[in-house]
Amino acid sequence: MGLQMLVPFGPWSWLFFLVALKCGGASSDLNESTNASPQHEPDVRFAAAGSEPAETVSVFALDYDYVQIPYEVTLWILLASLAKIGFHLSHRLPGLMPESCLLILVGALVGAIIFGTDHKSPPVMDSSIYFLYLLPPIVLEGGYFMPTRPFFENIGSILWWAGLGALINAFGIGLSLYLVCQVQAFGLSDVNLLHNLLFGSLISAVDPVAVLAVFEEARVNQQLYMMIFGEALLNDGISVVLYNILIAFTKMHKFEDIEPVDILAGCARFIIVGCGGVFFGVIFGFISAFITRFTQNISAIEPLIVFMFSYLSYLVAETLYLSGILAITACAVTMKKYVEENVSQTSYTTIKYFMKMLSSVSETLIFMFMGVSTVGKNHEWNWAFVCFTLAFCQIWRAISVFALFYISNQFRTFPFSIKDQCIIFYSGVRGAGSFSLAFLLPLSLFPRKKMFVTATLVVIYFTVFIQGITIGPLVRYLDVRKTNKKESINEELHTRLMDHLKAGIEDVCGQWSHYQVRDKFKKFDHKYLRKILIRENLPKSSIVSLYKKLEMKQAIEMAETGILSSTAFSMPHQAQRIQETKRLSPEDVESMRDILTHNMYQVRQRTLSYNKYNLKPQTSEKQAKEILIRRQNTFRESARKGHSLPWGKPAGTRNIRYLSFPYSRPQPAGRDVRVAEFTDHDGSDAEVPTIMFNTHSPTGSLQEGQRTQEIIPMKNLHRGGKPAHLGYQRNRAQEEQLGGGRRVVLRPKPLFHAVDEDFESGEESEEEASAIGSRWSAEHRPGRDLQGSHSPLLQSK
Amino acid sequence: MGATHSASEEVRELEGKTGFSSDQIEQLHRRFKHLSGDQPTIRKENFNNIPDLELNPIRSKIVRAFFDNRNLRKGPSGLADEINFEDFLTIMSYFRPIDTTMDEERVQLCRKEKLRFLFHMYDSDSDGRITLEEYRNVVEELLSGNPHIEKGSARSIADGAMMEAASVCVGRMEPDQVYEGITFDDFLKIWQGIDIETKMHVRFLNMETIALCH
Repeated sequence: MGLQMLVPFGPWSWLFFLVALKCGGASSDLNESTNASPQHEPDVRFAAAGSEPAETVSVFALDYDYVQIPYEVTLWILLASLAKIGFHLSHRLPGLMPESCLLILVGALVGAIIFGTDHKSPPVMDSSIYFLYLLPPIVLEGGYFMPTRPFFENIGSILWWAGLGALINAFGIGLSLYLVCQVQAFGLSDVNLLHNLLFGSLISAVDPVAVLAVFEEARVNQQLYMMIFGEALLNDGISVVLYNILIAFTKMHKFEDIEPVDILAGCARFIIVGCGGVFFGVIFGFISAFITRFTQNISAIEPLIVFMFSYLSYLVAETLYLSGILAITACAVTMKKYVEENVSQTSYTTIKYFMKMLSSVSETLIFMFMGVSTVGKNHEWNWAFVCFTLAFCQIWRAISVFALFYISNQFRTFPFSIKDQCIIFYSGVRGAGSFSLAFLLPLSLFPRKKMFVTATLVVIYFTVFIQGITIGPLVRYLDVRKTNKKESINEELHTRLMDHLKAGIEDVCGQWSHYQVRDKFKKFDHKYLRKILIRENLPKSSIVSLYKKLEMKQAIEMAETGILSSTAFSMPHQAQRIQETKRLSPEDVESMRDILTHNMYQVRQRTLSYNKYNLKPQTSEKQAKEILIRRQNTFRESARKGHSLPWGKPAGTRNIRYLSFPYSRPQPAGRDVRVAEFTDHDGSDAEVPTIMFNTHSPTGSLQEGQRTQEIIPMKNLHRGGKPAHLGYQRNRAQEEQLGGGRRVVLRPKPLFHAVDEDFESGEESEEEASAIGSRWSAEHRPGRDLQGSHSPLLQSK
Repeated sequence: MGATHSASEEVRELEGKTGFSSDQIEQLHRRFKHLSGDQPTIRKENFNNIPDLELNPIRSKIVRAFFDNRNLRKGPSGLADEINFEDFLTIMSYFRPIDTTMDEERVQLCRKEKLRFLFHMYDSDSDGRITLEEYRNVVEELLSGNPHIEKGSARSIADGAMMEAASVCVGRMEPDQVYEGITFDDFLKIWQGIDIETKMHVRFLNMETIALCH
């Protein structure tokens, strides 16, 4: 029997191994497939004393064949995961090398073990498995997490660079290698032009995602980042399309010459394949967005819809010989905007994480397989071919980078400097894509397949290790222009203003530009698409959502650093308004609490941050616990004072994701169930009560329970330091009232409800001025301390 | 314009003053004539002819910026009633792409000029400070395109932004300190991190060009 992986689970495996030897049970031939003897298996397995030569009922038997494939695959994945954990635990390593280095090393190690013990590796990788199962998750993840706005802003350059660059590289390398092969001395003359072209196309498939992590860490400027990202995204699609076309050619014209007609047909095919794929992807994206509009009652299937439709778009495109990769990318991009709004928060999180997981698994398997193939007898080393391949890869990449960018710089207002171009050139790291395509070459058509595989492996190893490790220091050395992206409201405001300003000026000049294209698209989107595709169509303003998010963030900070006591604020002067809040029903309280919690910890990322291997960590759990503890303390106290709150969740919860939106939507009266999901940390059951906080039909925006907000004018910034804390202690007060274990809520529904500007000083019961949501509310009631006050949430409407 | 001879003189003069090339000046002049209906000056009403501008939420501010004396460099405050072609070009020149081949000092100057233009947009009463009210006004206008957001949120956002600005510019504030408003220097500070070069420019090429690149 073969040796199994030496993993921490080793001891048990060893045990079974020994037992197996002893029992001499089901023999495992070194068969690849466990389907070899279907009849044999069940009998052996179930140890039925039936028609088998097995003499007795074996008390203990071992059947490795039955589980070999899943078992080994699982072990591989686990091994890679352990390696990744170790990698990230180390402080120095992640900065040194990209994660793909690690995966390759682990794969090579596994390969060495398998080779050393003469075990036959499971047939994880063959053409259909790769194209049908391993590739789509990777591409889907790339498309889904793409930051759309910068991508589309740079789309011209990206298409130009990625598309044309891939073509130039493929043909350049192919042709140069062909010329090399003509030289008799190298013994390569049986590699004809088509083979070389095919090899060129697969070796030019760059996988720079590995360097994106390095870039992000070095905080390079956004344009550069987007170019590399766009290239990563489109490159796979283009290489695969090219590869398939060339394979079709190879099959067709095995020994004949290629006619020019065929070449034209190939080009036309290329375009059709690309555009057709995108078309189908967009259609499926819309369909799935539309369907998610109706899933509010069964949010558990929302992730399923997202995944299945994406996958379906891939399959449909593949059926029609269109580019499945481009289809799935387009589907993800289209779908994302609408699905995000329709889907509940838990589903959203699920989709995110599951996607990462799937793509991570796929990639791991591919790298493992690559490692396994490295160590073995399947190589054919040809010095000339390998060296020239390496050389040509670099040369042609340099040529394509500098030539294409020289041209596109003429059209860009913001040209790429030579430094940027050097970085782009140097980031041409090959990866799993090339290897897969090489590995899947049909041996019948390519007698020298092994040589190709060897050369590919060499290129991959070289680029991943040498370029991958040195690109970080290179970026720092070249002092590439950095991005200074920090999130602030001011920035968002200014950017927005700038957009409009620029569009306005362009209108005045009679100028057309992509801003207008974007504006027109947005208008179309708002008018038609959103109405159809989004659940309760609320247009989302990025300023507002960013604002909310920052509110939360600062709220958390406040909680963490300890609240400043609620000292007196000076009485409002003329610009100040007193908020007055009405009483809320307990359900409202609950709902608000949930919404807050949800918003506090589940804010969505809007920043440009694409890291293939990680998702941004959520706000820290430590803070949550801290807040929780404090709340519990004060809850006890308030409970003593008789301000108890009803707890408990009504049954029949519905999970709609809370959208950062005002609850004064012009909805008919009755229950507007906007329910927030409470997920994560506390392990509590995430079902959430129905929220009824929109129980009035607001007439106009001012009526929302006649809430008024108190806004501190700038002149009254008394608290030192953090601007955010104004009125914060008020919020914290509330939160502490809310007591009771599991919900961590900072404040009830934040501020988007009507502002009633009347200055009402009369009604100051303690509940009022509870900055229902308003972070900026001043706490101007002196002496209101944390425990004594009522939670505003006790107020009913 | 007059005879071609004096026209080219004027063009050269304008080239020198505003930095546009003669092609761009020709083209902008055509546009100016179209907007003004062949009159020598433009008034505010002429901007109503631009259909796309109607949909712009900060339309009034943009139009106002054209007539702002500070932008036209004609005075510390106030609005002109009408502007001629040279003024038009002056305003447009704020949006020329920064030529990165210039030396650092000039780049900084250009940057400052652009930021000053922006500052004037915010500071409508020309007192040199962006007060809370003005800021609120800006935010309300920005969000005015979105019918579902109430006034309250705009105010709160403006307040939040103001506070942020205060923290950036002034740092820790004493309990009795009062933050008057954002001055131009504070404004520069806030903008330090943001890349104005890539954002505030318009490509003055052929009118028919559709620019797909950034």
